[in-house]
Amino acid sequence: MLSKKSRFSATDSCGRSGNGAAVPFRNQIALAVVGAFMFAAAGSAFAETPPTSKVNTTHLAVTDKEVIVGQLHSSTGTMAISETGSIEAERLAIEQINAAGGVLGRKIKIIEEDGASDWPTFAEKAKKLLEENHVAAIFGCWTSASRKAVLPVLERDNGLLYYPTFYEGLEQSKNVVYTGQEATQQVFAGLDWVAKTKHAKTFYLIGSDYIWPRTTMKLARKYIETVLHGKVVGEEYAALGSTAFGSTINKIRLKKPDVIYAAVVGGSNVSWFKQLKAAGITGKTNTLLTLSVTEDEAKGIGGENLLGFYSAMKYFQSLDTPRNKEFVKQFKAKFGADAPIGDVTQAAYEGPWLWKAAVEKAGSFDTDKVVKAEESGKITFDAPEGMVYLEPNHHLRTRLRVGEWRADGQADIVYTSDYIMPNPFPKGY
Amino acid sequence: MMNAFYSKWLGGKRGAIELAVLAAFIFIVMPLWLDIFRLNMVGKYLTYAFAAVGLVMVWGYGGILSLGQGIFFGIGGYCMAMFLKLEASDLASTARQTTPGIPDFMDWNQVTSLPLIWEPFHSLTFTLIAILVLPSVVAYVIGVAMFKRRVGGVYFSIITQAIAAILTILVVGQQGMTGGINGITDLKTLHGWNINTNSAKYILYYLNGALLIGAIVLCKFVLSSKLGRLLLAMRDKEDRVRFSGYDVANFKIFTFSLGAVISAIGGAMFTLQVGFMSPSIIGIVPSIEMVIFAAIGGRMSLVGAVYGTLLVNYGKTAFSESFPSLWLFLMGALFIGVVMVFPNGLAGLYDTYLKGRLEKVMAKLRERGPLRKLSPVKAGVQK
Repeated sequence: MLSKKSRFSATDSCGRSGNGAAVPFRNQIALAVVGAFMFAAAGSAFAETPPTSKVNTTHLAVTDKEVIVGQLHSSTGTMAISETGSIEAERLAIEQINAAGGVLGRKIKIIEEDGASDWPTFAEKAKKLLEENHVAAIFGCWTSASRKAVLPVLERDNGLLYYPTFYEGLEQSKNVVYTGQEATQQVFAGLDWVAKTKHAKTFYLIGSDYIWPRTTMKLARKYIETVLHGKVVGEEYAALGSTAFGSTINKIRLKKPDVIYAAVVGGSNVSWFKQLKAAGITGKTNTLLTLSVTEDEAKGIGGENLLGFYSAMKYFQSLDTPRNKEFVKQFKAKFGADAPIGDVTQAAYEGPWLWKAAVEKAGSFDTDKVVKAEESGKITFDAPEGMVYLEPNHHLRTRLRVGEWRADGQADIVYTSDYIMPNPFPKGY
Repeated sequence: MMNAFYSKWLGGKRGAIELAVLAAFIFIVMPLWLDIFRLNMVGKYLTYAFAAVGLVMVWGYGGILSLGQGIFFGIGGYCMAMFLKLEASDLASTARQTTPGIPDFMDWNQVTSLPLIWEPFHSLTFTLIAILVLPSVVAYVIGVAMFKRRVGGVYFSIITQAIAAILTILVVGQQGMTGGINGITDLKTLHGWNINTNSAKYILYYLNGALLIGAIVLCKFVLSSKLGRLLLAMRDKEDRVRFSGYDVANFKIFTFSLGAVISAIGGAMFTLQVGFMSPSIIGIVPSIEMVIFAAIGGRMSLVGAVYGTLLVNYGKTAFSESFPSLWLFLMGALFIGVVMVFPNGLAGLYDTYLKGRLEKVMAKLRERGPLRKLSPVKAGVQK
């Protein structure tokens, strides 16, 4: 679908620039340039593909017809429910790329491996994909733990990973492209927004007890205290999987914070919001901003328990742009009308497209050349969330959005930030 | 002297042949057959085999079903990981951190100085001693608390399982100290020796195999001693042994501790070969998996435990590579099939179908050559 469109527009602009007598001179040149560029782009799909010996000097699984990539998520185990969206989104992207002629004239073939929610298995499967299948890239991982387990393998075998989840930052590997937001991108703009619109001065921080909430809250506390001149009246971490939030909720009632700032994950998330509602803390009475609820989680938690609360994400399914509507339509057509599309799912969709852009810029599948292209600062993608820019530090420059949850499990976008530079190693935090 | 070694340590002729076949399988067949990637994977499986061998002693012979073998596997693994992590966290490679010189995850968790408990792990000698001593102390404490009060059977199993759960929660919760759910990752060198190179992987594989065979030989020695026979007697009629004047609890504590130390060695080798350690390997599920390895191999067979571990893990890998969305069902079918068709595991299969034929061949060989008669195989020790 996508391919047809771009080819049409290519011939379209060529035609116009051809009989451009009526068009002003400056526009004529612009059109000619655009036309030539588009023609070249469209042409390359038909011109003979560059020989394999040229685009693959490091024994990757690339032939004249196809290129093999790996997909490494958990399709079984506790993480399967979260990772399914990413698996589907990556498949959709790859299918669309293939329909548009593939990458450097080669169709993408996927080898799927199951990380089984188990970190050693992730490492083992990544190794298998790189050392036995010689895949050109891996799309996968979800939790920080799985990424940390895979990282040494990637660095040793010089593989490429496109990682979709928003995460804690503090990492920048030449072998990884992080298509989700790192912590500073998700935290600061959201806090600015809530401080400004809700005149918030006091904050209560709560997260699950692992690296991502810990790092996020560390950033948030510093930002609240030094930039917003607010006060953190409570900071708490619940054990992963914990379902008892009674005492936390009592403390919140006692302290009466202006904002409850939450990063609770997994099964705990469901209990947390249900117990809040049972205790009478709702979107009507309190302001709650969370970093860990996307449309996927909303489905499990139930929209009625989230009503009026806010999430800070780079993407919401409800985003009202033609590009996103088209994407949502394609996704639903393939995976069912009630499949929710969360932030990470959309970020996973960006992975294959960014990889394609980097490979084509490099003119090669070789990891080192692709990495160089990734770091050129010139890789962009017109994603459902809007244009995204791959920065030399391997993270994306994107916007942050704040969504207000509706009872139907969708969010109304109430705020969109400017583009935020990724900064995985923030100074002074 | 030689004879004593032969019968006591190797378990007589049949035991020696079994061991020789296993050694040939690990040291010759596998390395020739597999490339380094697959061999490293087998190496990882063989580290689980330590836990399975320990379980054969504890469960098969001691009659104590421990559902917490992952505890000891974890203790060994974490000790080794702590040493390797400290070595990887030198000032140069951690210069970017707020506090350079401490492991990266501590820095992320706002820990600003190395916790006291980590200090001794700068020393390899201490680490190696800790890998052996720490699990036996923990097992001893658990054992004294349980067996002296005559807690046994299913209660013991539940308590060990609870301890495994507690340990996981502790490790996950104390993430500034332990790396939390991510575990201790990015391990690189052992005393300056890069453990990620191919040659290192070969060396570690062979070391692992040698230690495993060593552990089996040690267990055989224990079984061939008076203690071994007492264990069997205890398993079958504990009260009779007690009424004969033996302190049953002490034997159980010893066996439990022995199983613990063996598991811990496996854990340490796991860390070395896989390059990280995380709480997902020490909790309830992996502990139960270890019991499955032993059950598939045959819970009375030390050598069988190794094959059982290899078979189950090979199944896991092969099924999940070929059928990423169906493989768990296939694994389930394998477990059910094994228990239904040969309840005594692979060892039982061997006893029923192969043993008779092998003995015929052996008898023929004996007729042909005047083989020196060695001390007879002790019945009941090697089932």
